[in-house]
Amino acid sequence: MSQATTMTTGARPVAPRRTGSLGDALFAGACQAAGAFVLLLLGGIIVELFIGGLPAFRAFGLSFLWSTEWDPVAEVFGAGVSIYGTIVTAVLAIIFAVPLAFGVAFTLTELAPPWLRRPVGTAVELLAAVPSIIYGMWGFFLIAPLMAQYVQPTLIDSLGELPGIGFLFQGPPFGTGILTAALILAIMILPFIAATMRDVFEQVPPVYKESAYGLGCTTWEVMRGVVLPYTRISVAGGVMLGLGRALGETMAVTFVIGNANRITTTLFGPGNTIASVVALEFGESETGSLKLSSLLALGFILFVISFVVLATSRYLLRSRLKG
Amino acid sequence: MSDQATTSARPSLGTMQARSGAALNEAKLAIRNLDFFYGAHKALKGIGLDIPARQVTGMIGPSGCGKSTLLRVLNRMYSLYPGQRAEGQVLLDGENIIEEGVDLNALRSKVGMVFQKPTPFPMTIYENIAFGVRLHEQLSKAQMDERVEWALTRAALWSEAKDRLNTSAMGMSGGQQQRLCIARTIAVRPEVILFDEPTSALDPISTLKIEELIDELKRDFTIAIVTHNMQQAARCADQVAFFYLGELIEVAPAGQLFTAPKHPKTQEYITGRFG
Amino acid sequence: MSATTQPALTPVKDLKVAARLGRGRKRTDLIIRSLSLAATGIGLVFLASILVTLFVKGFGAMDLAVFTEVTKPPGSEGGLLNAIVGSLIQVALATLIGTPIGMLVGTYLAEYARGSRFGDVVRFVSDILLSAPSILIGLFVYQLLVLPFGGFSGWAGVAALAIIIIPIVVRTTEDMLSLVPNTLREAVIGLGAPKWKMIVLVSWRSAISGIITGVLLGIARIAGETAPLLFTSLGNNAWSTDLSAPMPSLPITIYSYAGSPFQDWIELAWAGALLITLAVLLLNIGARSLLGRGK
Repeated sequence: MSQATTMTTGARPVAPRRTGSLGDALFAGACQAAGAFVLLLLGGIIVELFIGGLPAFRAFGLSFLWSTEWDPVAEVFGAGVSIYGTIVTAVLAIIFAVPLAFGVAFTLTELAPPWLRRPVGTAVELLAAVPSIIYGMWGFFLIAPLMAQYVQPTLIDSLGELPGIGFLFQGPPFGTGILTAALILAIMILPFIAATMRDVFEQVPPVYKESAYGLGCTTWEVMRGVVLPYTRISVAGGVMLGLGRALGETMAVTFVIGNANRITTTLFGPGNTIASVVALEFGESETGSLKLSSLLALGFILFVISFVVLATSRYLLRSRLKG
Repeated sequence: MSDQATTSARPSLGTMQARSGAALNEAKLAIRNLDFFYGAHKALKGIGLDIPARQVTGMIGPSGCGKSTLLRVLNRMYSLYPGQRAEGQVLLDGENIIEEGVDLNALRSKVGMVFQKPTPFPMTIYENIAFGVRLHEQLSKAQMDERVEWALTRAALWSEAKDRLNTSAMGMSGGQQQRLCIARTIAVRPEVILFDEPTSALDPISTLKIEELIDELKRDFTIAIVTHNMQQAARCADQVAFFYLGELIEVAPAGQLFTAPKHPKTQEYITGRFG
Repeated sequence: MSATTQPALTPVKDLKVAARLGRGRKRTDLIIRSLSLAATGIGLVFLASILVTLFVKGFGAMDLAVFTEVTKPPGSEGGLLNAIVGSLIQVALATLIGTPIGMLVGTYLAEYARGSRFGDVVRFVSDILLSAPSILIGLFVYQLLVLPFGGFSGWAGVAALAIIIIPIVVRTTEDMLSLVPNTLREAVIGLGAPKWKMIVLVSWRSAISGIITGVLLGIARIAGETAPLLFTSLGNNAWSTDLSAPMPSLPITIYSYAGSPFQDWIELAWAGALLITLAVLLLNIGARSLLGRGK
């Protein structure tokens, strides 16, 4: 994965100062200006989204955050449903993806024969390269019908009967909805989490693993007893990275979430996420309307959530970044 | 090879004078006609060596001579890596351990290993030791406490560690960490302990402590130690084996090998002409 | 010699217990290994399922008209020509704009800003941009370029895609420059060359295959981006190469056609999906083999 870095600290050799080194000054200036430009970009995103969302924040106040109202006719908007949908789908996606990603990383670092590791690793990484819209089509035309026909009826008949959690698995099996969206998201973020886990697992010095094997550990015991304790912080960082991706994913979710502005207790129910609402409703929003401002406000909220999650991820992965 | 009784002398630390050693005990590990391959490269050629019970066997030789490779055969550590394979026999109490189908986890609980660098696990001192014990035994809390104390005492670490059993092992000094690793290994109560250059990452004081410890542990354990340090081999070992280019050149009681080597290569090596 | 007290060896360990524990431990190990292999299998099955679906549905819909005709109303034989050209133009321009900026930032981080506070901030921000939801970048460009300048345009799409590719190039450039050994730099500076020449002639040249890899991966990423284009270049059903007007693109066309009720449009969407996925995967595989060869 491209984020995997090996950075060495310490200064690069510095050229002796020479008189008239205009080239040096220009080049260094250009590099630094480009760096400043990146900061401006991020700053610009924050400011523009906030300014765009300001009318909505003014009109609805803080209650915009939890109001579940979304009524274009009455011009009353709230972010409650889409924030709920965003968080529920992303968290469910993490719950599905983390065990799978661990299995993949465990296979790639400890179980698969070496000649198989590279091709399988590449194949899993290609999952990350498939564009989001393709996941959307695949999910809508292939997975959703499968969910409606097989998975959801089975779940309704089995888990749906259970007291306590049964309510999560009830309702008509439409195929689309929260659960399907979470499933597609899980597949999309699986390669990001798996690649981070694989990279950090590989960084555990072999002699530590050998020490554990030397005590008579099985491969799984080495993983649980030594590798995971060593890498737990970075693993958490990889999971947060996946979460950050899942929160902002747009096209795939738009296809399969069912797009309804309500909070349902069942996982089969339709819903929406911040990104799906923005993508779907944007085309029907007049320039300067309160609706458009509300969408920008939603964008601002999504940015804040993503920023916190991604910054946490990066903080947790800092030890790995330093090599 | 096991009946060469010479005059007995206790090892004196810090000198080049080797222990002449008493008679060598009966073999705990018997290596017979062992070949070892890294892929197509043959790293050990026809090794035959007895490792006597409850004595220390030192393995010396220049880098790449195969001494560490041999050590990693004795607990099948090489089996972790595809492409590495051994042929021949390594008999532990008469049972060939390099056959297919040997229970590696059980084998490694009988043949423990201490590595070049200290390898404390990222957990408390107590948990470091209990970790290995739990794999093979079901102990009550009281029994486990007793075992931890026993292992730390045997590793000469109890007095330093007893007040901080529940702190992270990562905070200990290098020498303490290495003794912790020894404690962790003996807590499983193996029959054989393999030391792979256990002091090469340590300061002289810590090295001395580890050497004393090895001398003390051989009352109960059969020990094989790979070292690049000839003085160390002379100080610790009852029997010394000299390896060169994948072959066992000479094996003899320590006193004999260092004072009257039979093979000219051994002579050259111990007098520092190469290595 | 040793002052250690030597407690006796506690009773010999119970081999029966050890064997029983051993069996249980091996069973657990086997179960978890099997589950892990199954998880890997599931991942591969998903990839295979996506590819098979695309090939089956996409090839069925593929014909010459896809490449020779522009998008037309449902019922009339249309193609994707305008969308393909529109995507090529936007992706190419975004790459041309984003790559130099990204390289300069990466160079700044690797060659000038080691350990500097400002450099750390730039690195952090760039990494955040790398993973930030792309839809937000679309909204940002909408606010910045679409609203004030009177409408959706190809240029706005280019800007959004360029912003997405920059952090990808930054990351690879910095990573690849970090791998260039310092001794090489010292050797050049020892010859009296100014630093900028050292960077351009030595650092960049040593790192070039890695940087190209990063750019290829970046192209693969922006070629499939849909969400940011919704708010910027919008899409256009006619032939258009005018960057100041709304511009068609493959992902947007796929999006609107796939969601349409018309069978022939849905089929065209599959054809487009196959095209774009093939392009993206080939770029990825090409980039990886380039890096593999460079090593």
